[in-house]
Amino acid sequence: MDVSQYLEVFIEEAKEHLQALNEHLLILEKEPENENTINEIFRAAHSLKGMAGTMGYKRMQRLTHDMENVFQEIRSGKMKVRSELTDVLFEGLDALQEYVDNIINTQDEGTNDNQPLIDALARELDVGLNGGQEKKEAEKPAAAPEKKEAPAPEAKPEDNVPKVNYAEYEKTAIQEAASEGLAAFEIHVDLQESCLLKAARAYLVFKAVEEFGEIIKSVPDAQMIEDEKFDFSFVVVVLSNAEPENIRKRVLNVSEVKEATVQKVDFGSAVPADTLEKAEEAVKGSDEKGAEAPAQTPAKAAAPATAQKSGQQTAKKAVVNRSVRVDIEKLDDLMNLVSELIIAKNGLASISGDDFAKKEKKTIYNEQIEYLERITSNIHQSVMKVRMVPIESVVNRFPRMIRDLSKKLDKPMELVMSGEETELDRTVIDEIGDPLMHILRNSADHGLESAEKRKALGKPETGLITLNAFQEGNSVIIECSDDGAGIDTEKVKKKAIEKGTITEEQAETMSEKDFIDLLFRPSFSTAEQVSDVSGRGVGLDVVKSKIESLSGTVECKTVLGQGTTFTIRLPLTLAIIQSLMVTIGGEKYAIPLGSIDTIEDIPKEEVKKVEKKEVINLRGSVIPLIRMAELLDVPGERPEKDTVTMVVVAKGDRKAGLVVDELIGQLEIVIKSIGKYINNSKMISGATVLGDGEVALILDANALV
Amino acid sequence: MADAADFTNNAKLTQYIGVMINNEQYGIDISFVDNIVRMQRITRVPKSQPFFPGVINLRGEIIPVMSLRRKFGLEDDVFTTKTRILILKPEPQASIGFIVDEVKEVLSLSEDDIDHVSNPDDRNTYVTGVGKHAKGLISIMNVPAVLAEKEAT
Repeated sequence: MDVSQYLEVFIEEAKEHLQALNEHLLILEKEPENENTINEIFRAAHSLKGMAGTMGYKRMQRLTHDMENVFQEIRSGKMKVRSELTDVLFEGLDALQEYVDNIINTQDEGTNDNQPLIDALARELDVGLNGGQEKKEAEKPAAAPEKKEAPAPEAKPEDNVPKVNYAEYEKTAIQEAASEGLAAFEIHVDLQESCLLKAARAYLVFKAVEEFGEIIKSVPDAQMIEDEKFDFSFVVVVLSNAEPENIRKRVLNVSEVKEATVQKVDFGSAVPADTLEKAEEAVKGSDEKGAEAPAQTPAKAAAPATAQKSGQQTAKKAVVNRSVRVDIEKLDDLMNLVSELIIAKNGLASISGDDFAKKEKKTIYNEQIEYLERITSNIHQSVMKVRMVPIESVVNRFPRMIRDLSKKLDKPMELVMSGEETELDRTVIDEIGDPLMHILRNSADHGLESAEKRKALGKPETGLITLNAFQEGNSVIIECSDDGAGIDTEKVKKKAIEKGTITEEQAETMSEKDFIDLLFRPSFSTAEQVSDVSGRGVGLDVVKSKIESLSGTVECKTVLGQGTTFTIRLPLTLAIIQSLMVTIGGEKYAIPLGSIDTIEDIPKEEVKKVEKKEVINLRGSVIPLIRMAELLDVPGERPEKDTVTMVVVAKGDRKAGLVVDELIGQLEIVIKSIGKYINNSKMISGATVLGDGEVALILDANALV
Repeated sequence: MADAADFTNNAKLTQYIGVMINNEQYGIDISFVDNIVRMQRITRVPKSQPFFPGVINLRGEIIPVMSLRRKFGLEDDVFTTKTRILILKPEPQASIGFIVDEVKEVLSLSEDDIDHVSNPDDRNTYVTGVGKHAKGLISIMNVPAVLAEKEAT
């Protein structure tokens, strides 16, 4: 069996589980008693371990296994969640993430055993359960589960008291079974030393035992038996009403079984000391599988053992494709539209036949074109929807980051997010993560004050960072604000003059907003000290250029002493937009509909001059007029008209009136780049090909306002 | 034997596309050239460099075109039926068009046929050397230098 075909599924699911673990662990840190959360965590960790095992990623499996042990103890209420413990667990998640990253890149988990981490987990387990005593015993089972390949019965099972330990719920299960007349039997099986396919034999034994009743557990656990991680003996516990001797005979019938003993389980004598139980926890691992779904265990036993081998042999080359999960409904919609497209095509084809008179043909033709238009625009919307991904997939890693930052910077802070369901184009989603992370780090490091300072200022000790995403018209807005110190424009001014970015004269005439814009200049940082979180001055300019490369804008508003807000505005879709086509001196230009506020036709006389600039008073607000023909150096003279046709564009709360010659109409256009070599002025955001093959340039209203 | 000799000889040859600009023949290394198209409607791009008349649409792809005459500081293009646009692909993701007066022929020149310019003055940095062929001389164009951001004097 080749597991490489499951690799993509594995990676997708592993990422999901890791994300779930991160999220729930954060909740658990705040609410250590939350039972639902710990159950969720346990489930995710358990699935992850199973998946890693099936795919043959042993190191990953082992680490998950050890973490699962800790979760198990927390779940059973034997351990308390402490902050040191969550630190170790978070580190564990990071290590798992590393494994997954390695797998994405090379199909291999890498060679990092993360032994220190495994030891740390064992130590936590030990401290949590015994308050630090009996360290040795605790560390051994947790740190090296592989070494426990030979469980107790190996030597002489008949003489030995079997060392199978039962968890509470297992005991309950056995007691419940007893009330139904079923007895629990421990079956100690020894395989012949010459046996080659131990896992397969074990599988046959499991099958044989299953004929008598329900298998509730095995030592080592089913997973390890699948992986042949045992010497020649193992123990199976079965609930059955059959005669022990019959079970024994049946097991001995399996070839290559050297010896089998069947013992009734009796809790009267068994004293499960804490340490013993713990050792057993480490060993049994995925006993859940055995207890909850016993039928599955043997069935799966043979396959993964072989799967794993072929998995190791597969070449380490193929890089995993990037994929999008698509709602099946969206795909169905698309499929329907494509069928309609075919019908429309057939409709057009039939007109070319001789069945219609010429006049009739024309009307039918027009009808079909309209139909086709409707379908293509629907297909466009549909495809766009398929490409849309909720912003959640980017922002869900931030709570974890803020938690870590809070510890590192020793500032209490909280991140409140809203609007995670807001959808953005996949290409934007992929790119927006870093800039957002940067802004959040800035807020955490520079924005928020230390707890003492906040207290002195009368603010709540815990700093608040909010991340809010929402849709507004044709764009998505992400607001990131903090209630920290705000930006000291005086400090920015001083620094800028000091660095020679601006002269003192320039500084005199600059507005507060201009100073804030300085922060977006390359290598400009006001932080007095460089920390490894931020302050190197390679920050906001990168944020800005990244967002601008996505045709978005970033703005910053700050109130000294009250906090800072960064507003990122991104276009909903990148490739195709609705636009207004206009002519300016015989040349055609497209203005994105998203940035257009109104279109006005105003008498020439209403244009006034203020400080040599043309303005117009439009319903009470004075807006500047931009003569596009002059701005774009359009050649040739144009006739003076009595009225001025003006397209009013808006960016935030600023507006400007673009004077054009004529309006052509609304058109859906595909945005293309105008190439690398030609100087691209900021006014031009790209080009598009019109229906007749002519190229029209797209004006970037944001750069004009 | 003769074939083998030919082959080794050919291996040293570089192919150039011979184009006419202002009655002078230039050779452009064929490995840069992706396509040759007829003159077509150019859309002006405001605020671009003066030697870029604009962009064209080549099968849905927008390609900036450069006037070599303007770049070389010669008098402006007069478009005739012979005017062609050479589409160059210096990088996989970036194309550019060169407007030339005429495309003449494809020439194979070996290194020995080319005299390299030893001390190039300003105007001649666009030429790496002069090649000799059966019908006369040909200036070998320094394509990277032409593409590099530099204003014509």
